[in-house]
Amino acid sequence: MSEYIDQSPTGASIGIVEKQFFTFAKPPERLKLESLASIGPVTIAYETCGTLNPKKSNVILVLHALSGDSHMAGYYDPKDTKPGWWDIMVGPGKGIDTDKYFVICSNIIGSCAGSTGPSSIDPETDKEYGTNFPHITIGDMVKAQKALIDHLKINSILSLIGGSVGGMQVLEWCVRYPDMVKSAIPLATTTRHSALAIAFNEVARQAIMADPNWNEGHYYSGKKPDMGLAIARMIGHITYLSDESMRLKFGRKLQNRSALSFEFGAEFQVESYLQHQGNKFIERFDANSFLYITKAADYFDLAAQYGSGSLVKAFSKCKSKFLVISYTSDWLYPTYQSKEMVKAMKKNDLDVSFCEIDAQWGHDAFLLPSDRLDHLITGFLRSVSNDT
Amino acid sequence: MTPDNLRYDLEIIASWIEPGSKVLGLGCGEGDLLFWLKKEKNVKERGIEIEESKVVKCIEKGISVLQGDINEEMEDYPDNAFDYAICSQTLQQVYEPSNLIHSMMRVAKMGVVSFPNFGHIKVRMQLAFTGHAPVTRELPYSWHDTPNIRVLSLNDFQKFSDQVGFKILKKAAINTNNTQRHGKMVTFMPNLFATYGIFLIGKE
Repeated sequence: MSEYIDQSPTGASIGIVEKQFFTFAKPPERLKLESLASIGPVTIAYETCGTLNPKKSNVILVLHALSGDSHMAGYYDPKDTKPGWWDIMVGPGKGIDTDKYFVICSNIIGSCAGSTGPSSIDPETDKEYGTNFPHITIGDMVKAQKALIDHLKINSILSLIGGSVGGMQVLEWCVRYPDMVKSAIPLATTTRHSALAIAFNEVARQAIMADPNWNEGHYYSGKKPDMGLAIARMIGHITYLSDESMRLKFGRKLQNRSALSFEFGAEFQVESYLQHQGNKFIERFDANSFLYITKAADYFDLAAQYGSGSLVKAFSKCKSKFLVISYTSDWLYPTYQSKEMVKAMKKNDLDVSFCEIDAQWGHDAFLLPSDRLDHLITGFLRSVSNDT
Repeated sequence: MTPDNLRYDLEIIASWIEPGSKVLGLGCGEGDLLFWLKKEKNVKERGIEIEESKVVKCIEKGISVLQGDINEEMEDYPDNAFDYAICSQTLQQVYEPSNLIHSMMRVAKMGVVSFPNFGHIKVRMQLAFTGHAPVTRELPYSWHDTPNIRVLSLNDFQKFSDQVGFKILKKAAINTNNTQRHGKMVTFMPNLFATYGIFLIGKE
């Protein structure tokens, strides 16, 4: 979930891409939300790479995680220092080959990177929504993405791919719109948060809400709750790593010093790393968006929502072919959670493949360069495009 | 097309599978057999394999495969979910072979089981004349590092069928060459001269 990990550009890039926008639910219409509230108008920021074939049968929808955005690959401007967050996977000849597929990525509602969220202007007050923004769910995010797909006049998706909170959207899509989805790759994800995952999110939210600048969510005209958001991000980063990866990366190494200095600064490298991540995050992310999206992830429960508690029942209307992938060192969404969904899919006689990738980098592994993941995704996409 | 680009033992198994059937491959490795069956006999395939690198090879071929333990993974399938469950050259490596056969007979209408023949003359001669635990081309490991913990002969499997309660529908005793690409059927004293046995089994 730590999009924009420092990565060196690998292979050919798609080149220049453009951030596009689609607005719907304009008056008198509104988007009805699961919380029974409604909102409108709703804008979705999105990016497309590759070319839609005449049969419109080569569509891949990439779903981003908690803090991601629609900018999955390439550069907005030749002067940009970094490409989109999944440039290692999406591009010509890459795992998701833009020479073959028409790849779409849209920013989720509730976010702060172009789609309608708490930092957008509420047309009724002409001020930012702040905490007047209605609560949203993974289902609402998917409903908004569906509106975008309809607008693009696409009625069949070859494959949905997403990790973490993006993987939740993948699963929601398959259950909600079973006839539209040919195949799906839920990566390092879960059908519902464990108490451990909710606990980490709650501590992160409390850090934001305890920041005096938060001001019940109405901070847009003054100082922002930067300290709270940075701490929230630091907590997140602990969950994205693993005991092993932290040991290998930092151990007990000291930062710019050879001995303990007996002060409260960042003495250990791991402290310095977390502070750096926190400080980078406040430049690009909105604290209220963090609150809303983590809540949506905590609410997500496929079995409760679609199966009266039974995951097997929840998948009963699904028709997609699945490739489920987990990582050995992911302690946020451990392998047993992926196996649970695989089990429910098998009991519904769904065509499912499962692979647990041996990786020491914890939950974040899905965003790091990996030949394993490239080969899995390339092979799976080839087989589903041959089937159609 | 004949399955002549397959290993000889897999070629025989492939020839027994009805076109369009539903097949579960237990310990399916890199998925060569399932790939051939999917392409040439239009079967609906599922594989189970424990090794990550082999699972990746299967998925690259377009084979549906689950990474996991064969006994555990079979539990989730309903009764008679498959026409065939294939256990190729794995039976001698499982801790509880009778449980495995029971599970195969639950999830599939028929089973295919193949294994290296421990009754082969080379095995017998090695033990008789050198006094060492046999190491052969088909069972190439030393006693201390072998995964083959349940070696058996063709006759043992016949007897096993009565004990466990399944029917042998077809059998093939074969002798393969070095590459295992080619081979021949052994009809004269198979328990002494065949390197591998392959059995199609059904419920009693």
